[in-house]
Amino acid sequence: MSIREIRLSTTPTPEAITALRLGDIVYLDGLMYTAREGVYMRALEEQANIPMELPSESAANFHCSPAARINADGSFDMGAVTATASFRFAKWLPEWMAKTGAKLIIGKGGMTSKDYKDYFVPNGAVYLSTVGYGTGALLGRGVENVEAVHWNEELGLAQAMWVIRCKKMGPFIVASDMNGDCLFERENAKIAENIARVYEGTKPAVLKRYGESDDRSEEVI
Amino acid sequence: MTQIPLSLIQRTAEELMAKAAIEIPEDYLDGLKRAAATEDGDLSSFVLKAMLENYEAAKQDRSAMCGDTGVPRWFVKLGNEARVEGGMVALEAALRRATAKATFDVPLRPNRVHPLWRTDHNNNVGIGAPEIEYGFEPGGCWIDLITVHKGGLFGTDYRMLFPSDGVQGIKRFYLDSLMAFGKRGLACQPAIIGIGLGGSKDICMSLGKRASVLRTVGSRNSDPRIAAMEEELKDLGNSIGMGAMGFVGKNMVIQCNIEVGYCHTGGMPMSVHAFCLSSRRAVARLYPDGRVEYRTDPDWFTDYQRRETVDWEPHKEAAE
Repeated sequence: MSIREIRLSTTPTPEAITALRLGDIVYLDGLMYTAREGVYMRALEEQANIPMELPSESAANFHCSPAARINADGSFDMGAVTATASFRFAKWLPEWMAKTGAKLIIGKGGMTSKDYKDYFVPNGAVYLSTVGYGTGALLGRGVENVEAVHWNEELGLAQAMWVIRCKKMGPFIVASDMNGDCLFERENAKIAENIARVYEGTKPAVLKRYGESDDRSEEVI
Repeated sequence: MTQIPLSLIQRTAEELMAKAAIEIPEDYLDGLKRAAATEDGDLSSFVLKAMLENYEAAKQDRSAMCGDTGVPRWFVKLGNEARVEGGMVALEAALRRATAKATFDVPLRPNRVHPLWRTDHNNNVGIGAPEIEYGFEPGGCWIDLITVHKGGLFGTDYRMLFPSDGVQGIKRFYLDSLMAFGKRGLACQPAIIGIGLGGSKDICMSLGKRASVLRTVGSRNSDPRIAAMEEELKDLGNSIGMGAMGFVGKNMVIQCNIEVGYCHTGGMPMSVHAFCLSSRRAVARLYPDGRVEYRTDPDWFTDYQRRETVDWEPHKEAAE
């Protein structure tokens, strides 16, 4: 199977999103913002006004805290950028998507196909995963400019809302599609066929723990 | 006795912070290149190639390899005759200053926050941060500064096993850890996996962590039976059929390191730790005359560190 490479706008058309297939490699152009638990809590639970026009300025939400600094003169230096695991943000994402019109959720590890079917597909959104993880330096090369940092005083550098202008930023992997299918679950299913053989001869621990399941095709997230 | 100058300690520590964040250690890079050469899963192959490009990009741009620059910590090893200008309190202050300064200069992500109030000093320094751990070595007036910026909220687990669990129980818990955290690549594999066996609960965790971050790819435990188990567990991990990011692939474990400590007679505690694709470690040896030798092998687990007799027998050391 050859891998397709695609340039995609951070304000993508519905057609461009529908055309994406699981496993496609995507490079992004346009404005992208970082938002994770700090931003979600402030915008959704504390009802603070989001300091950007969404989704007209950007429909791309990056689950990321950059390795970056704010200089004494107010300018920014951004080095590496890498995503953080997204499954922890499922609590806020449906409301966030409804409020901001986000079409591209970019992060680490994806969500479940249930998440995709329940609120990604109805919102016309897909999930893009970073690669590696940890192609931070490569992604850093795709940062053309840091346009703004919002809520730094309230949330700190790691949780602040960084607004990044991307130029061919990537690679990212398409991890969900408009069917609500999940790339990682597809791969898990293939690997699951081999699990019994690998575990052969091993034995469960003498002392059990609460919450244990012996079904290794299940995920712990 | 000449003292190691404090200014040299801080300057070197700042340099080590940058090296750890930017430069992938050669032993791990070679291991990953070997893995990439054997990988035939199309998605996992793409991921490994992208990672190899990323290490180059980081070096060229003097940029951190990964945006999550981990949680900086220090391991300090002192030769028995080493003396530090201002004493150990001054050394700790120098390491904290270097951590804060490098966080701004490189820049690193200010990852360290208060667990409850989420207070972020934006410099990776706070209560208990960075951790500073110590070891000693017979002979020598040098100190080794080792910094490790381990990332990852995932890929680490602990379990109290018992003698009746045996090797098959060890294998089961090892596989469980790889399966649980390997899916979707949460452990950022293929990685150096460290296993701690024995000690008390806290020491078991330390042993496993040190096995993953303070030993290199290609190293072997000095006990030949443990060394054989390291190889066996490495192959077992790579037989799961899971590769980078949890995609179908053959490379999950670049190296498996096991460290042991004597434990309670009734138990066999075990911990598993995954270092990540950005195995950030950097080492320097500092001498009182101002010499600094940089390297990437912490060389932590010497015969002295693994000693099991009441007294250390220096004549054995001399014979080597």
